[in-house]
Amino acid sequence: MEAKLRILLPDQELLRFYEQMFISREFEERCAEQYTKGNITGFLHLYSGQEAVAVGATAGLHRDDYILSAYREHAQAIVRGADPRRVMAELFGKATGICKGKGGSMHLFDPALNFMGGYAIVGGQFPISVGLAFAARYRGEDRIAACFFGDGAVNQGTFHESLNWAQLWQLPVLFICENNYYGIGTEVHRSSALASIHKRTCGYDIPSEKVDGMDVISVYRAVKYASEKVRETGRPYFIEATTYRFRGHSMADPAKYRSAAEHEMWKARDPLPNYAKRLIEEGIGTRKDLDAIEARCRATVDGAVTFAEESPWPEDGEVWEDLYV
Amino acid sequence: MSEMTYRDALNLALKEEMRHDPSVVVLGEDVALYEGSFKVTRGLLAEFGEERVKDTPISENTIIGVSIGAAMGGLRPVAELMTVNFALLAMDQIINHMAKIRSMFGGQTFLPMTIRMPGGGGSQLGAQHSQSLETYFMHCPGMYVLYPSTPADAKGLLKSAIRNNNPVVFLEHELLYNSKGEVPEDPEYLIPIGRADVKRLGEHITIVAYARMTVLALQAAEELAQEGISCEVVDLRSLAPLDEETILASIRKTGRVVVVEECWRTCGLGAEITSRIYEHCFDILKTPVIRVSGLDVPMPYSRKIEKICIPQTESILQAVRNAMAGAY
Repeated sequence: MEAKLRILLPDQELLRFYEQMFISREFEERCAEQYTKGNITGFLHLYSGQEAVAVGATAGLHRDDYILSAYREHAQAIVRGADPRRVMAELFGKATGICKGKGGSMHLFDPALNFMGGYAIVGGQFPISVGLAFAARYRGEDRIAACFFGDGAVNQGTFHESLNWAQLWQLPVLFICENNYYGIGTEVHRSSALASIHKRTCGYDIPSEKVDGMDVISVYRAVKYASEKVRETGRPYFIEATTYRFRGHSMADPAKYRSAAEHEMWKARDPLPNYAKRLIEEGIGTRKDLDAIEARCRATVDGAVTFAEESPWPEDGEVWEDLYV
Repeated sequence: MSEMTYRDALNLALKEEMRHDPSVVVLGEDVALYEGSFKVTRGLLAEFGEERVKDTPISENTIIGVSIGAAMGGLRPVAELMTVNFALLAMDQIINHMAKIRSMFGGQTFLPMTIRMPGGGGSQLGAQHSQSLETYFMHCPGMYVLYPSTPADAKGLLKSAIRNNNPVVFLEHELLYNSKGEVPEDPEYLIPIGRADVKRLGEHITIVAYARMTVLALQAAEELAQEGISCEVVDLRSLAPLDEETILASIRKTGRVVVVEECWRTCGLGAEITSRIYEHCFDILKTPVIRVSGLDVPMPYSRKIEKICIPQTESILQAVRNAMAGAY
């Protein structure tokens, strides 16, 4: 039997998980809508389906811990505390965006939140995470670096180089693989000789575990344990969270490489309704409470879209700013 | 002032900056215990210890990525890539990450980091260890590229690079490590980034050069003086940003110019400089711009034919004589 939720966390926290997952989903679905309207252009990789990972993992970290991610990172930024209005404005390419409209969907960044970036070269964030962990240790700071990446990234050289390096230098890095089983259209067993990704760390003697990435509580518990372990030992740890993206790789991908049956199977494991059901069953919140949360999230995202629409474009001269200190 | 080698001047710059700022760390393949493949990091481990002078695995891309993270996290890393040739393994972190991070994140962070890379040809190291890749870095905005020709410049420029809050690619010529010169002892001896240096004043023709090519240009100028040709030698020092003003001012004076580059001719830095000269000085040029370049071939091993692939003093002499004689 799984532990009752209340034993783990106060009601308020448990409800906050729901709110964070819901706003993440709502944000992404509104992004899709704004993309079809032409307000968001370029690449757009949506997170719908994977919310339990960002929410559970972020809750398992300290506020001072660094977070780095890849290019499917809107939810990670927002859950960490980024203002959804400024994230949406960034996607619209507006001057009020979180990176002044210069980054776009794939390059969110907010050092005040220790959110150290979305990186769009697969595997680019691995060594940067290791470097941040080194700086933290060097400066005697009580923080670790949490590095999110997908199943596709584990075949890049930087993955192996960085795992080796983090263990060799004994650095506090928590590697969190969001295994959604597909690197664009290539299923994990077609790209990885060892499709069970968490087992790959044995070559570097890094402890690892696999967790159900569709269950926010499982992710939270695993990351909480792992992050404390990393903090305590100063050594890396590795989590593989199995999950699924409900949409294609990007808005340009209709995801025809996946069967309807597979999709349905994962839809039945949608982290939002399942968690909502559990909250109600255990008396943490009523349907009415959850409705109120959902309404609040919708209003926030509405506000974000309006803010982005009404925000000014960057000035032309801005291209020459921020190039050098 | 004291006389020392280019290698020792670089070593002194590293030591002074590490003493000056505890956030400076040095990392790279064999930089600590082995004291560097070219011994530029000699004595660093002994003086500063294991946490500040770090040997790394042979993982060039990650050496740069770790330096980026360390810089973002408040350190001032100085990474050594054993040679510039190996920088090609790190081009993803250099070009896609290091050079982009400040701009693409809206100026919310900066990367006070330096990458030292020994390079250049002429030691019979074969095609994969003899390249002059300076233009690969110059082409990309978001970082500075420096390349000193003398021990004094090596010290002053490396110190400026380390103190600078932008990423700097710092090239060192392998054949200059043993060259000697007077170096200021002042621990605050800094050379501003972006300033070329007129290494020899002259009237008839300008020779624009950098790194080892400056040394050859000065030798050529000395010889040409005996023939009555007065050469002005402009040593670029900073390849990015380029000190256009100093180059153009010299040409406005002489009206003739030879650009010497060790790199391949095609899309080389000589092409960029030549283009800028034509854009600004077309009217006053007495002769076309002449380029002396590395040959567009992978470097051969045999010393007999390696020599013809790299500009020599003789090739500069010939180019200048041709320019003066109107034979081009």
